[in-house]
Amino acid sequence: MASLSTSPPSLSDGSFSSTPPTIEIQGIVRRHGAVTAVDGISFEVRRGEFFSILGPSGAGKTSVLRMLAGFEDPDEGDLLIDGRSMLHVPPNRRPVNLVFQSYALFPHLTVFENVAFGLRMRRVPAPRIAEQVRQALLMVKLLGKEARLPAQLSGGEQQRVALARALVNKPAVLLLDEPLAALDQQLRQQMQVELKSIQEQAGLTCVCVTHHQEEAMMMSDRIAVMHQGRMLQIGPPREVYERPQSLFVSRFLGVSNELPGKIVGTREGKTVFQPADDGQPSLLVPAVSGQESDRPATLSLRPEQLRLTQERSSLSDEVLSGRIEKVLFAGSEMKYLIRVSRDHLWEVDTRPSAHSAGFTPGATVFLHWSTSDGRLFVE
Amino acid sequence: MGLFFLVPLGLVFAISFASRGTYGGVVWELTSANYLDLLHPLYGKILGQSLWYATITTVICFALGFPLAYVIARSPARWQPIFLLLVMLPFWTNFLVRTYAWMILLRHDGLINRSLMALGIVDSPLDLLYRPTAVVIGLVYGYLPFMVLPLYVAVERLDPLLVDAAWDLYASRWAVFTRVVLPLTKPGIIGGCILVFIPSIGSFITPDLLGGARSMMIGNLIQHEYLVVRDWPLGSAVSFVLMAIVMAAVLLYYKTASRSDGRLEAR
Repeated sequence: MASLSTSPPSLSDGSFSSTPPTIEIQGIVRRHGAVTAVDGISFEVRRGEFFSILGPSGAGKTSVLRMLAGFEDPDEGDLLIDGRSMLHVPPNRRPVNLVFQSYALFPHLTVFENVAFGLRMRRVPAPRIAEQVRQALLMVKLLGKEARLPAQLSGGEQQRVALARALVNKPAVLLLDEPLAALDQQLRQQMQVELKSIQEQAGLTCVCVTHHQEEAMMMSDRIAVMHQGRMLQIGPPREVYERPQSLFVSRFLGVSNELPGKIVGTREGKTVFQPADDGQPSLLVPAVSGQESDRPATLSLRPEQLRLTQERSSLSDEVLSGRIEKVLFAGSEMKYLIRVSRDHLWEVDTRPSAHSAGFTPGATVFLHWSTSDGRLFVE
Repeated sequence: MGLFFLVPLGLVFAISFASRGTYGGVVWELTSANYLDLLHPLYGKILGQSLWYATITTVICFALGFPLAYVIARSPARWQPIFLLLVMLPFWTNFLVRTYAWMILLRHDGLINRSLMALGIVDSPLDLLYRPTAVVIGLVYGYLPFMVLPLYVAVERLDPLLVDAAWDLYASRWAVFTRVVLPLTKPGIIGGCILVFIPSIGSFITPDLLGGARSMMIGNLIQHEYLVVRDWPLGSAVSFVLMAIVMAAVLLYYKTASRSDGRLEAR
C-alpha cells in the first residue's frame, strides 16, 4: 500500500535548512550475502540536528549506523561527513563516535580511563585529558565515580559513562544505537530528557537508531521511518505522526484506527470514501491526487483525533457510529475500544470527565473528527 | 589422590639427599653433596639452555597461537568445533612417533630439503636436524595446542563490541590489541604460557631425538643420571631444582600479572 500522493517521500524538509549538512547519504546499498539490508537510501543530517532512524528490527537501521561509524562500507553509493567522503575510511579516522546499545565499556578500565580512552588514543596532553574528562563526567552527573570499574556501576550509570566516553571527543556526529533500550521505563524517560538537554547544550549532531517510536518522537528534530532496507518517510516527528504517507508508517507510529472501503468520487474538492461495511455512511477525506473511483482504500485516524458523543450531532465534519466494547482507565486518559464494523475495533482516547458516564460497554456512540484529519491509503 | 602424588614426590625428595652406591644403588647417608654438585658450570649451562629453549618455545607458541586462536574464536560457530578438533588431532598419535616424523622431515634427504632443492631455492641440503632450531621446532609443534586452547577460550569470551568500541575511539589496530584485547585475554595468555613453558623446560624426547648431543636439556640430564649413570640421588636433586625453577617462574608470572592489574585500577 502507498499514499495516493505521487511525489516521493520528501528527503530534505525540516527546520534546519539554513545550516550546511553534516552528513550526506547518497543512495547507499548494503548487502549481507543474498540479503539486501540497506536498499538505496539517501538523506541529509544538518549540524546540531537530532535525527532518528526508526524501524522494526531487521529494517536495516543498524547497518546504516555501522556504515556511518565505519565498521561496514556500503556496496553502492556514497557517505559524506562534513563534505568529505567516508568510503574506506576506518572507524578510528572518522570524526564520529558511537554509543553502543550494550554500552561496550572496557571492563578492565576505570570510569576515568574509559572516558579518557579516545583522548589518549589521540595523544591529548595529560592535563587536558583530566580537564576534559572532568567536564564530560560533570555533564552526565558522574563526578566522584572516576575510580569505579564498570561492573561497580548501575545500568543507568553505565549508560552515562558510555555517553561521556563518546561526547568527550566532541565528535562531528554522535551515533546512538538504541541508547536507552537497556534501561527500565522510569530511568528511560528521565534519560530521554537528559540526553536531549545534553545534546542541545553541547550543540551535538546526533543520529539515533531506535525501534521505540515514542522515544524517537520525543527527542528528535526529524525522524526517518525505515522498513525492509528503505526509508519510507522523513520529516519532523509531528508531521510524520499526523501525516503518515503509508499505512506502515501510520501503524508503526502509534495507534492507527483503520477502516477499509473504496473511493467513490469527489465532492466540494474532497475525496468521497465509502466504507466497505454497508451500515456506514460515506465519508469525506482531504483530496488526494490521482484518485480514481472504485479504487480500494483504507481510512486511518489517530485515537486522539476522535471525539465521542452519545447523540448524533453536528459537532464535527465526519461521523461514524459504533458500539463500545471496552473501557480502559489509564490514569490521565480513558481508552475506549469501539467496534465500528464487524472486523474493526477503533481506539479513542479522551480525558476522563463527568459526561463520560454514559460511555459504558454495549452503548451505541458516535465518533466525530474533522475532515482534514482523515488519511486515506490506496491499496 | 594425594597419596599417588605425595609419596613418590617425598621419595624423590628423600633420595636427593642420599648418596650413590658404588654400583648405582641408593645409600641412605644424609648429604647435600648432590645439590652442591649442581653448582658446577656444566649443569648451569644445561639449565640456562633449558630455560632459553622453553622461553623461546613459549614466545613462538604465543606468536603463532594467538592469531590462530583468534581466527578460530571469531569464525562461524559451526566451524569452531572442527577447527578445534584439527588443533587437537596430533594428540591422537604417540608423541614419540610424531617426533620421529619430524626427523624424517628435517633430515638431509627429508621432505623439506628435497622440496627446497626441487624448487631451486637451495643447492645443497640445509643442516636442519640436530640443531637447536630443530629442538625449538619440535617443542613448538608439540606444545602449540596447549597454547591455543586456553587462548581460544579467552578470545571466545571477549565481547567483539569492545574491539569495535576501541576502534571507534581512535585506536589503531595495534592499540586495540595492546589496550583492549591483550589485557582482557590475559588469564588465557598466562594459562597458555604456563602450559607450554612447564612441559617444554622438562622435555627430553624432543632434544634427544632432534637436538643431538649438544642440545642437552635438563630433562635429558635427569634421564641420563637415572638411567645411564644410575646416579639416582643426583637425578633427584636435578628434578627438585627443576621443580623449584618452574614454581618460581609461575609465581613470578602471577605476581607481575596481578601487579599490572593493580596498577590499572589505581590509575
